[in-house]
Amino acid sequence: MIITKQKELKDLLNRLNDKSVFIVGCSECATVCHTGGEKEVLAMKDVLQKKGVNIVGWVVLDPACNLNNDKRLLKKHIKELDAADKVLVLACGSGVQTVSEVLDKEVIAGIDTLFLGEIKRVNEFEKRCVTCGVCELDFFEDFCPVSRCPKSMLNGPCGGSVNGKCEVNKDMDCVWSEIFSHLKEKGRLHKLKCIVEPKDWSNSVCIDRRL
Amino acid sequence: MGYRSNLEKALSERGFAVTVEIGPPKGCDPARIREKGEMLRGCADAFNVTDNQTAVVRMSSMAGCCILLGMGLEPVMQMSCRDRNRIALQSDVLGADAMGIRNILCVTGDHQCFGNHPGSKGVYDLDSVQLIKIIRDMRDKGVFQSGDEVSFGKPEFFIGAAANPFSDPCELMVDHLEKKVVAGAEFVQTQSVFNLDRFVSWMDEVCSRGLDKKVHILAGVTPLKSLKMAERMKFHVPGVDLPDDIFNRIKDSKDQMREGYEISLELIEQVKKIRGVHGLHITALFWESIIPSIVRESGIYHM
Repeated sequence: MIITKQKELKDLLNRLNDKSVFIVGCSECATVCHTGGEKEVLAMKDVLQKKGVNIVGWVVLDPACNLNNDKRLLKKHIKELDAADKVLVLACGSGVQTVSEVLDKEVIAGIDTLFLGEIKRVNEFEKRCVTCGVCELDFFEDFCPVSRCPKSMLNGPCGGSVNGKCEVNKDMDCVWSEIFSHLKEKGRLHKLKCIVEPKDWSNSVCIDRRL
Repeated sequence: MGYRSNLEKALSERGFAVTVEIGPPKGCDPARIREKGEMLRGCADAFNVTDNQTAVVRMSSMAGCCILLGMGLEPVMQMSCRDRNRIALQSDVLGADAMGIRNILCVTGDHQCFGNHPGSKGVYDLDSVQLIKIIRDMRDKGVFQSGDEVSFGKPEFFIGAAANPFSDPCELMVDHLEKKVVAGAEFVQTQSVFNLDRFVSWMDEVCSRGLDKKVHILAGVTPLKSLKMAERMKFHVPGVDLPDDIFNRIKDSKDQMREGYEISLELIEQVKKIRGVHGLHITALFWESIIPSIVRESGIYHM
C-alpha cells in the first residue's frame, strides 16, 4: 500500500491562501492510512472552515489515481468545482497528478507520500519498497535492503548498528540484523558469502507500461 | 618484488605498518593540510585523507592527497559511496591514479543525517564491497563496472577497506570482512579500539577463518583529548564501543589530556601484540598534534 502522512496545517493554510477550496479524498490507500478517507476529508473541512477558509464542496474518489473514474466522479461536482479557486487533494502523489490532469484548477497536495509499505497493525505502517524497478528479494530472504536500509547496502551491514537497531533511527530494526537472524535460523548463512553485484537501475527510467 | 605503494611494501616486508589520519579543513586553504603533514612527517608509512567524514563538507580527499604528494608524503585516499554514483567514483579512481595516488580505502560512508547537510540526498549507488570489487577489476582485469574496457592506463592501487569489530552480531561483521577480502581488499583499517575484549574475540574469529593471512589488518587507535570527546565517542558516534572503565578514567581524571594519552599508549601496547594485527591506524580526530609523541613513546614506527 502507498503510505502517506498529512502535511502540517500551517503549510496547508499558506498554500491555500484564504481562497475557496474544494477537497478531494481517495477511497483506497489514503483511506486505510487515515489521511484521505471520508472521515479525514470531513475533518479537514471543519478545521479549514474554522480557520476561515471557504469550503465549496468535497468528494472521495474511487480511487484518485484512476483517470476515467476521476473524470466521471468529478463531473458530478462541476458547479462546486467552478466556484473553487483551489483544489486540495488528500491522496498520494499519483492521485494528485491524476486529479490535476482532469481539472483546470490549481491543485494542492495535502499529504506527503512516504513509501510502499505494510500495514503492521491498525495505524502502523512500515516501509517495504521504493519501487527500484528490479526485485531481488530472494537474495535477502525477502527482507528488502534497498528500501529498508538507509544506505541501501546489498552486501551486509554498515557497522553502525547497535543491538540490532539502525544507526539512523534507534527505533528501526537493522534490516541486515533481520536477514542474518533469519538465515541463521534457517541454516542458510552460506548465502551471505555471495557478493551481490551493483543494482541495475535502468528500469527506474521506465515511465509507462502497457499491457 | 614490485609494490604498488610504500604502505604495501611496509606491510609485506616489515610485517607492521602505521597509518595516520589527516582530516581536511572545512575550507580551501592548502596550508592546513601542509601544516598537519609537516607535523606528522616521520610518524607513519602513509596518511589517510578522509572523504567528507561524518558527512560534513570538507576539502576533497583527492585534493588533500595531492597536497601530501607534493610534500613527498604517501597518502591513502578515502572514498565514500555516500556522495557519488559509480560513474563519478570510477572517474575519480582514474583521476587519483593519474595524480600519483597509490593507496585507496573504500568505505560506504557515514549517513548524511549525521552531518552538516542532513537534508541532502544520499547516493549509495554502490556499497563498499562493490566499490572494492570494481576498483580491483579496473586494476586487474582492465574493465569498468559495466564491462567496458579501461583504455590508456589501468589504475594501480593498493586497495583497502574499513572494518568494525564492535558492531553486532560479531559473526556477521567477520562475514562482512571476509566479503571485502573476497571482493579484493588487501588491507583493512578497523574502527578505533577501546574495548579490548571484544576486539580480541573478533580477531580470534578473523584468525580462525585464516583472514589474517589474506589481508593486512591495521587496528584503529584514537587518543581521547577530553571528557567532551569521550562523551561524543561513547554516545554519539555510530559504531564506537567505549567501555565504562575507560570513560570513567577520563571523567575522574584531573588531567584528562594526559589520561587520554596514557590510555592510548596502553591500548597500543596491548593491541600490537594481538595475533593477526599487522599495524596501527591512528585517528586523532583533530588532535593530530599528539600523534608524534604517541608514535615516539610507543616505539611503533621508526623512520
